Amino acid sequence: METILFLSPTESGSPLSKSALEALATTKQLADSLGTTFSVGLWGDAPKADDIASCGADKFYAVTGAEFSQPRYATDAAAAEALCRAAGATIVVGPSGSRWNRIQAGVAHRLGGRADSHVTGLSVSDGSPAIARWYYRQRMEGILTRAQRPWVLAVESGIAPAWQGAPGTAAVEAVACTPPAARSNVTGIEALTADQQTIRPDADLLFVTGAGWTKKQPDGQVKTEEAQKLILAFLGLSRASLGSTKSLVDLSGEGQATLTFLTHMNQVGQTGSTPRHAKGLSTCCHGEEPHTVGWRFIGERRAISLDANCGWARGKADVLYVADAFAVMEKVNDLLAKKAGG
Amino acid sequence: MPEYQIVVCGSVVPDPLQTLEPVAGPTGPALKNEMMLPAWLDPWAGHALYEAANLAAKNPGSKVWLVALGPKAKLQQSMMTLAQKVPFELIALDGSASGFTDAAETAAALAEAIQAIPGLDRSKLLVFGGWESASRGAGATMQIVGEILGITDQFQGVDGIEADGSLRILERIEGGRHQVSVCDAPPALLGWATGNLPEPRNNPQVGMANMRAIMPALQKAKPAKIGAEGVTFQSVSLPKQARDTKVVKDVPPDQIAAEIVDWITNK
Ligand SMILES: Cc1cc2nc3c(=O)[nH]c(=O)nc-3n(C[C@H](O)[C@H](O)[C@H](O)COP(=O)(O)OP(=O)(O)OC[C@H]3O[C@@H](n4cnc5c(N)ncnc54)[C@H](O)[C@@H]3O)c2cc1C
Repeated sequence: METILFLSPTESGSPLSKSALEALATTKQLADSLGTTFSVGLWGDAPKADDIASCGADKFYAVTGAEFSQPRYATDAAAAEALCRAAGATIVVGPSGSRWNRIQAGVAHRLGGRADSHVTGLSVSDGSPAIARWYYRQRMEGILTRAQRPWVLAVESGIAPAWQGAPGTAAVEAVACTPPAARSNVTGIEALTADQQTIRPDADLLFVTGAGWTKKQPDGQVKTEEAQKLILAFLGLSRASLGSTKSLVDLSGEGQATLTFLTHMNQVGQTGSTPRHAKGLSTCCHGEEPHTVGWRFIGERRAISLDANCGWARGKADVLYVADAFAVMEKVNDLLAKKAGG
Repeated sequence: MPEYQIVVCGSVVPDPLQTLEPVAGPTGPALKNEMMLPAWLDPWAGHALYEAANLAAKNPGSKVWLVALGPKAKLQQSMMTLAQKVPFELIALDGSASGFTDAAETAAALAEAIQAIPGLDRSKLLVFGGWESASRGAGATMQIVGEILGITDQFQGVDGIEADGSLRILERIEGGRHQVSVCDAPPALLGWATGNLPEPRNNPQVGMANMRAIMPALQKAKPAKIGAEGVTFQSVSLPKQARDTKVVKDVPPDQIAAEIVDWITNK
């Protein structure tokens, strides 16, 4: 019989994140399918379990202390290790995210177990848990089981609806953990202002820009400034998240006159990210077939390209508009502005 | 000025422009024609190597090693170009670099090779690697290497380092932001994302200097038996192909725009 633990860091004064509640729902589902129960482990400066008191967990554990508030390897790994040991967990499920992903495999090593990250599905096969994850940068999906325990998992956001339920009073068992002497400190966050920030994980729409925006247009002109204006206006009006192909991001890195707001963090695809959004609109992208993995976790997909054979579209998108993105996006912005105004 | 000993872990992956197809191999899943696929240095490990070389150049007396575990022939192929880029000493391990192997097994072999580097000084040691590979894509190997080496100052998704004895490190976190950390001193482990440097130009002089040591390093590459003990793959498959793409042509921009706005504003 498996002993299942849902594990998550907490942030001072904040409820559990959406991705944590999704991972909680996944954990509960796994426990139900295996006909067993699960426990919850939280850590932070003041972890609170009351919000999830009715989630069905049979036990709640917490490591508490000011030292555990920083998203930092040494203290996070120590807390997670202590919680796994206290629960005697054979399966540990945590939410994908920078904080859990940073320590997850290290914690598995300490426990003498094994880790798998970017889990996109959990099922039960012949009475044993099986996971789905992607290989070769989302090119192929594997389904696997493991003999080793503890098995420490990081599940992706967006694979299950977030757990919802009434708050209550959770009886939390305090787990002792002596914080290791810290040689590192988190000193801050560098972020753009909300308006400059073009990466918006919670947006419904991913807007992908390709190098075509900076290429010579059919009238012989390069219109980078106009492109910049159109794209920024669209992002402002639609609140979409901005993704980009590698080519376009690299042009910025090489200091060419290009779209100044793009950074490597906007890049989607093989060597970029593969974000999850309900919809995606690609513009001026060509891209060889393998690079369209930037699309992998996008629901509905549409593309605008001058090239009817656009690799982002044929067989990959639901609709391809063979059209000039400058002309179309200008009109799109007009319409969105009108909607916003009236 | 501080001196650093920078050990970069990085291996080879198939050229991302190739078609990759899973097949059943004798010990688990593999790629079709795997040994025929042209190999590249794993992109994020490449960024780690260029950042390491840049840091070493700014801090005279520093040195860079590249610890690479992969099939010897593939390592040799990729070294032909890589050697031209930046100065490093290669430590080669001859074993599988397949995405279907287990990070824990790879990490154990890498850590053993690092521990065997003569004259390694922990007070100068920075272990670099990619934050994820382009094969397994797990972000697990470097964490385990750090654990085996007893390094608990670990950073992942690193895009920048300023080092003047203490280390100021930028890590990618959610929402396109960077978390800033200060680590008092080495040892530390950094899994790199893209960093800030362009790919260095080929430099034949660097290439010649590197190759003198690279060929012998390849010759004495120790075999490493890497697999995925305890893992059973029930299936590995390509995604369900081909959406039925509707192609809209010769339609005025106004009409397309109206359709798009309808689509994006309808929940
Ligand atoms: C190691 C490696 C890793 C890589 N990783 C990635 C990755 O992570 N992500 C990625 O995307 N790529 C990646 N690539 C692939 C690579 O950089 C591609 O060449 C690139 O993605 C293609 O660029 P693009 O789609 O922006 O533009 P292009 O190939 O330049 O195509 C531009 C398109 O825009 C169209 N266009 C031009 N003007 C207009 C207009 N007015 N209206 C409409 N359409 C217009 C053109 O017809 C053309 O189809 C990688 C490559 C390598 C070798």
